[in-house]
Amino acid sequence: MYETTYHRPKTLAEAGSLLAKSDEAKLLAGGQTLIPTMKQRLAAPSDVIDLRHIEDLKGITETPSGGVRIGAAVTHAEVASSDIVKRQLPGVATLAGGIGDPHVRHMGTLGGSIANNDPAADYPAALLALGATVVTNKREIAADDFFTALFETALGEDEIVTAVVFPKAEKSAYAKYPNPASRYAMAGVFVAKLGDGSVRVAATGAGQGGVFRIGAMEQALGSNWSADAVAGVKVSDGDLLADIHGSAAYRANLLTVMAKRAVAAAG
Amino acid sequence: MATVTITVNGKKRSAAIEDRTLLVQFLRETAGLTGTHVGCDTSQCGACVVHVDGKAVKSCTMLAAQADGAQVTTIEGLAQDGALHPVQAAFREHHGLQCGFCTPGMIMAAVDMINRYPAGLDEETIRKELDGNICRCTGYHNIVKAIKAASDTMRGMAQAAE
Repeated sequence: MYETTYHRPKTLAEAGSLLAKSDEAKLLAGGQTLIPTMKQRLAAPSDVIDLRHIEDLKGITETPSGGVRIGAAVTHAEVASSDIVKRQLPGVATLAGGIGDPHVRHMGTLGGSIANNDPAADYPAALLALGATVVTNKREIAADDFFTALFETALGEDEIVTAVVFPKAEKSAYAKYPNPASRYAMAGVFVAKLGDGSVRVAATGAGQGGVFRIGAMEQALGSNWSADAVAGVKVSDGDLLADIHGSAAYRANLLTVMAKRAVAAAG
Repeated sequence: MATVTITVNGKKRSAAIEDRTLLVQFLRETAGLTGTHVGCDTSQCGACVVHVDGKAVKSCTMLAAQADGAQVTTIEGLAQDGALHPVQAAFREHHGLQCGFCTPGMIMAAVDMINRYPAGLDEETIRKELDGNICRCTGYHNIVKAIKAASDTMRGMAQAAE
């Protein structure tokens, strides 16, 4: 690892000014991607700004409309074991409990995951399928506008994710096929029926451009919420990832299988 | 350089270290506690697992500066007054190790797992929870047996104490 300078701000304002002061600073949330990347010398930030000690970024609360607000620095383990999340958004609890391994889940955070926008990360599928809102220190961004490309988001240079607000959902579930070695999703599908009755489906791990919605599955489930309804929906493999772990056609098939499993789990 | 103070196995240790120092380097090189191992160095194998404020984390994937002010428990901190921790005793009894390299991380992961499942563990849960720890010798069977036995023993101890 190259030399770096560690900072531990206590407030969001302090973190923001540290970030604005340096061109080469990086925000350090759980560090489960950033630190391995720094160790491989693929990243060499002059400064790392630890966000884990900022009270404003913590906590899980139910919103007045029956949704859930999760602070950006909340860990995957906290989300997976939260009674509020398990009751209101069981798909999000399942998803968080399946990220990495227990040790990674004790450190990794919601904010870090979405800000990194790894194409094989799990959280982006939940945000997109639930139509969540990303709250930053400057504004609110709809999930539809947030994930822009592989490892790219709508976040500005000095912008910090503070929370994610999920709307009320009648049903939510997530199913993924993890890479047997890395545990990252080779294909993951999140299905949601929102409080207004609309259905949204999002896929991760499989798209060349990162997370994306599967419109044909949304239509099929909108008129018939059942695993059978998505069983016949094939995703075109034209825009899917292909690598040593699986071809685009294989991933296309996995998406249909994962969607069936997710709908079955949602009940 | 920064001075960090970390309470390791109940003993406060302060040192001036480079900000890029990993927690595992602090433990091994500064504190001289070499029971915590570096296996893969790519955050996958779990040989470096320690407890930070009571939770299992990979000490190769955390800066020592991030642990400034924290309580850290390493494999050296488990045995009390010369008596092995029930998980250590179970690994010995059930031959849960061969070369022993992964064992410190396995045992720290097992203690964390048992803490999180006070009602007890079944084989399937143990195998799932061992996702973050790799062993290249045993094929895991005896590790799983040892954790199951330790979980049962510790549950019995907790009930007897009530």
